[in-house]
Amino acid sequence: MKKYRNWLLLAVVMGIVVAACGGGDGEGATTTAGETATTGEGGAAGDTGYENLDAALAGEFDGTTVDVWAQWLPESSEASNFTYTLEPFQEATGITVNFQPTPDYETALQVAVDGGNAPDIAQIAQPGKMIQYGDAGSLIDIGSWINTEKLEADMVPAFYELGLFNDSVHGIYYKADVKSIVWYPVQGFADAGYTEPTTWDELTALSDQIVADGNGNPWCISIESQEADGWVATDWMEDILLRTAPIETYNAWINHEIPFNDPEVLEAAELMKQIWFTPDYAYGGNTYINATWIGETQDPMFAEGGPQCWMQKQAAWIGGFWGANRDALADDPALPQTEWPIKPETDVDFFYFPPIEDEFGKPVLGAADMFVQFEDRPEVRALLEWLATPEAAAGWIERGGFLSTLNTVPPESYVYPNTELSVLVQEATTLGFDASDLMPAEVGAGTFWSGMIDWVAANGENTEEVFQGIEDSWPAG
Amino acid sequence: MAQAVETLTPSQSGLKILRALLVVVGVGIALWLGLRLLTDPDVFSGLGPNWSKVSQALVALVLGVGGIWALFYAANTIVEVLPARASDLLRPYVFVLPAVAVVGLYLIYPTVGTVAQSFTEVPEGAGPLTNYTNAFTNADVLIALRNNLIWLLVAPAAAVVIGLAFAALVDRVKWESTAKSFVFMPLAISFVGASVIWQFVYAWKPAGQPQIGILNALWVWAGGFLVDWGIVAQVEPVPWLQIPFWTTFPLIAIMVWLQVGLAMVILSAAIKGVPVELTEAARIDGATELQAFFRITMPSIRGTILTVYTTIAIAVLKVFDIIFVTTGGNLDTSVVAVRMYQEMFRFRNFGQATTMAVILLVAVIPIMVVNIRNLRRQGIGS
Repeated sequence: MKKYRNWLLLAVVMGIVVAACGGGDGEGATTTAGETATTGEGGAAGDTGYENLDAALAGEFDGTTVDVWAQWLPESSEASNFTYTLEPFQEATGITVNFQPTPDYETALQVAVDGGNAPDIAQIAQPGKMIQYGDAGSLIDIGSWINTEKLEADMVPAFYELGLFNDSVHGIYYKADVKSIVWYPVQGFADAGYTEPTTWDELTALSDQIVADGNGNPWCISIESQEADGWVATDWMEDILLRTAPIETYNAWINHEIPFNDPEVLEAAELMKQIWFTPDYAYGGNTYINATWIGETQDPMFAEGGPQCWMQKQAAWIGGFWGANRDALADDPALPQTEWPIKPETDVDFFYFPPIEDEFGKPVLGAADMFVQFEDRPEVRALLEWLATPEAAAGWIERGGFLSTLNTVPPESYVYPNTELSVLVQEATTLGFDASDLMPAEVGAGTFWSGMIDWVAANGENTEEVFQGIEDSWPAG
Repeated sequence: MAQAVETLTPSQSGLKILRALLVVVGVGIALWLGLRLLTDPDVFSGLGPNWSKVSQALVALVLGVGGIWALFYAANTIVEVLPARASDLLRPYVFVLPAVAVVGLYLIYPTVGTVAQSFTEVPEGAGPLTNYTNAFTNADVLIALRNNLIWLLVAPAAAVVIGLAFAALVDRVKWESTAKSFVFMPLAISFVGASVIWQFVYAWKPAGQPQIGILNALWVWAGGFLVDWGIVAQVEPVPWLQIPFWTTFPLIAIMVWLQVGLAMVILSAAIKGVPVELTEAARIDGATELQAFFRITMPSIRGTILTVYTTIAIAVLKVFDIIFVTTGGNLDTSVVAVRMYQEMFRFRNFGQATTMAVILLVAVIPIMVVNIRNLRRQGIGS
């Protein structure tokens, strides 16, 4: 044993030395891309309306490097699409964008920021995180240098406002997600004579119809998602609340100006219960909901011999996870959706999650990714400015699965389903940002998730207790 | 030897001092140059991205190993310059001090810091005990504490009982070593790996679909006979990892599966150490096998059982991976370590996280004391 102990000590010491020396190795490694083409593709020099971007397009920052981190997993289609999207910028400016998709992202970013190794630019999916980093003084005030007039004019107002911290821009919203949609099998609906419901009553009537017809279960629902179990349930809860209460109530609920278990919220929970826990409504019952990974929720929709479940409320990304698509995309993450084995629109289409009470119009529940700035160099500024231009959306739109936060991107430039989704965003009477993302993490990424799981495990019979528990867990102050 | 050193001539000791100076300056310059070389981004970049990393790592390795050797060598030469008695007195410390410094830096400093933070990282205006009162009034923390207690009561006991039973049963059997290898093998699997494996064992699919989890496959298959015989109408697959509270026990089974090999190997060795004369004498006096085992063998290996029990108990108190991978702490299965991770990395509550760490530390200490005292008594590690 003693012999090994010496080696162990040696290994520890060596580890320290190696770690101490490993910090600087990223810089010099990759300065090859983009030696040519200083004009053209990224937009003609001098007319973008953004100072640093103009300079970059004139080739002033040729040879510099910008580090960008994002939570999109390495090898994922998101990471591959974003890399593709960045190419024109690199070609036009000669700036190398060192894009690092990072697993276990939130922890990794926090550790990097705490350790003084923050990337130049980082993607963040939660406005609460931006406020957290902002409060800690880690963020660069983008509003202090960017052309805010242009930014405000170009961006969908709701997203511009969400990027503000202390009344100044700290986050540039880039990619939006609309969650208020329900997917269904086109051929199955046609064969059985079902039509897209446009009201809540039609929705429940259709559900009853499917059960009565002996066609399996109307709903595909599940919430198992590794470290984030339960978020699908919180989305449902929020989407329903947006339809049964004014947006003011919704925002008051987020900010804890009304209790978490306010009667309005419990009323929304009752409606959710109706879909989730009415016998035979959800495929596999409550155990399936808790036990099944969200990527496989809808597998019974594609069962041999016809759909076993018929409707799934999920954002557009789910298309990549439909049965055969999952395998096809695992082989080739960049496969365009026109070549997917199961095609959106023709094989599986969606309808807008119907309104419940007329007075609240057509609300939309959304989410979005933003970029925040940790290091202030001209080339970093240039990239951030570029990310707020339609050129930065073009590549990803071409690959599919992208919805820009800019109103300068016309709907017709999208492919399905975002042609329709972008209209949904513009027509929406209210746009609710994911409430669980905005609540304190103890609730929004803690008890709200775990509470929903407990609720499902009890088949919705402990509503009072679960919602009271979440209310009690709200951090003081 | 010491005598010879003391009778050095003045010129010899002068030479020694000069040599020591040279060594120190030389080592200093060499290390400084080496570190400059390593941190200079231009030196390695010419080799291409992959080779630059490899060559950099190699240089770092040589510099690390050589540097440590050189530092010790330099320190030793300095000590040798001193008079013999001082030199003999100081030399052990020269070699021990770096190790003590490393332990201090990486173990004692963080521990003290953690304990301090658990009292100081509180909301403004709140008392130093706020984190602790919060912890012991938070429903989720209380559940985690309760679960830790259940783990502590069930897991080590189960591992020891099963390990002891196996060790006793296969003792001096023909295939003993092969049988023991199989029980021992899980010990080589990481907690995360084991949890993933067992997730497949416990997997659940809706009734009527093929069960991909072996436990439910067996359950439904066996249940099929009951249905055929008309005893029950239908056998539903069991969602082993989805039952609030009770799911803790399938998780404990994973821990037992991992640790039983350790218990078995150590206890088996202890059983073999019990003098045969004792058990033979008991048998001659008319004791049955069971009596011989419980009255002779067991008391003889009591110390070993305690050691194994406490060793596993420490591992069990710190359990994190199994729960994190399988249930994520949901459905009332959380434990203190999972709670600590969540407070730290998900909620960013350093105060609460360090409080969890301190609670865990305080819980582990008595068990470690028993463990170490027991080891000492047996003459191991003293």
